[in-house]
Amino acid sequence: MSKDFFLKRYWKMLTTPAGKISMGVILAFGFVAGIIFWGGFNTGMEKTNTEEFCISCHEMEDNVFEEYKATIHYNNRSGVRAVCSDCHVPKEWTPKLVRKIQASKELWGKMTGKIDTHEKFVAHRREMAEREWARMKANDSQECRNCHNFDYMDFSEQSARAMESHTKAFLGTDKMLPTGETCIDCHKGIAHELPNMHGIEGW
Amino acid sequence: MTDQEGGDTAMSQPMTLRNRLSLNNIRWVKAVSKGVMTLLVSTMVSMTAVAETGGIDSLRTIDLSVEPPAEAMKKVLESDTTFHRDFIEQPPLIPHDIRGYTVNKDVNTCLQCHSWKNASKWGATRISVTHFYDREGKQRADVAPNRYFCLQCHVPQADTAPLQKNNFEPVDSLK
Repeated sequence: MSKDFFLKRYWKMLTTPAGKISMGVILAFGFVAGIIFWGGFNTGMEKTNTEEFCISCHEMEDNVFEEYKATIHYNNRSGVRAVCSDCHVPKEWTPKLVRKIQASKELWGKMTGKIDTHEKFVAHRREMAEREWARMKANDSQECRNCHNFDYMDFSEQSARAMESHTKAFLGTDKMLPTGETCIDCHKGIAHELPNMHGIEGW
Repeated sequence: MTDQEGGDTAMSQPMTLRNRLSLNNIRWVKAVSKGVMTLLVSTMVSMTAVAETGGIDSLRTIDLSVEPPAEAMKKVLESDTTFHRDFIEQPPLIPHDIRGYTVNKDVNTCLQCHSWKNASKWGATRISVTHFYDREGKQRADVAPNRYFCLQCHVPQADTAPLQKNNFEPVDSLK
């Protein structure tokens, strides 16, 4: 047996039933290891959701983060904030995992220096913005609605114009069905500068 | 000894300067006309007035060499209707907050609602037709470049009392 190739030896060990260890020990070990790996995985993924992690790349810190600092989601009267991941990463586990896997493309961009200067960033702004608009349109602006819940909006507290638009979009009137527009259809560029908006619907 | 000498030079220096100035003045009086002298005198008078305010009221009440405490930020007046104009051809005031609005070559947030294309959708005031004429008076297909930067003429109104009382009254047609 000792003459076998080492991989074969390990394979035999893994496929042979455990002779000396009790079922309880195996279960307990599996349980603890499960907690450590699963918890560790989620904690690690949550770490990549922090603002510190996002702006550890200068592409984020010098461009989008600077622009965001002047907006209401960073600085406002009540001090409630929405950080990068609140808007750009879904909260539910599966969509979050999908988004994180897609984000590996951004690592490639980082390595190849796709937007490593402000000029390059501005040149690619429209393309990046359109991708994000499409994502938010597709999930009915889920990340906006995580905080701005339509069901609890008091339209009477809104300006007449906002009330009218929100009614048309979400509720419809006697004469028309709801248009089905979602937050991002009107509220673009609320946390970052807009790209050239030529040809964008509504502009 | 050295003190004495130091004192002497300090005293004599302005004397010589003054002498030189007066000599110069005499030469100038001879050389140039009286007009130049009046100009010089008036400049000197105005310079002293700036330095000591010369009893003239100024909007600035605090000594320039002292950093004044920052004033509280003023709230912007908001209204669903327009503000009245005080004189003909006054660019209308903006009756809402414009925090975060962008006007640059890529995007004009004002025109998102106030352009002819979008104004009716939002119930906003349309920009006037004058904005389509360039500086040669030629009509353009879109907002003329010299009328594109809205905030050069249109501003929001802060909710604050006038800094200086004034008796301005609009013409009868605008009252």
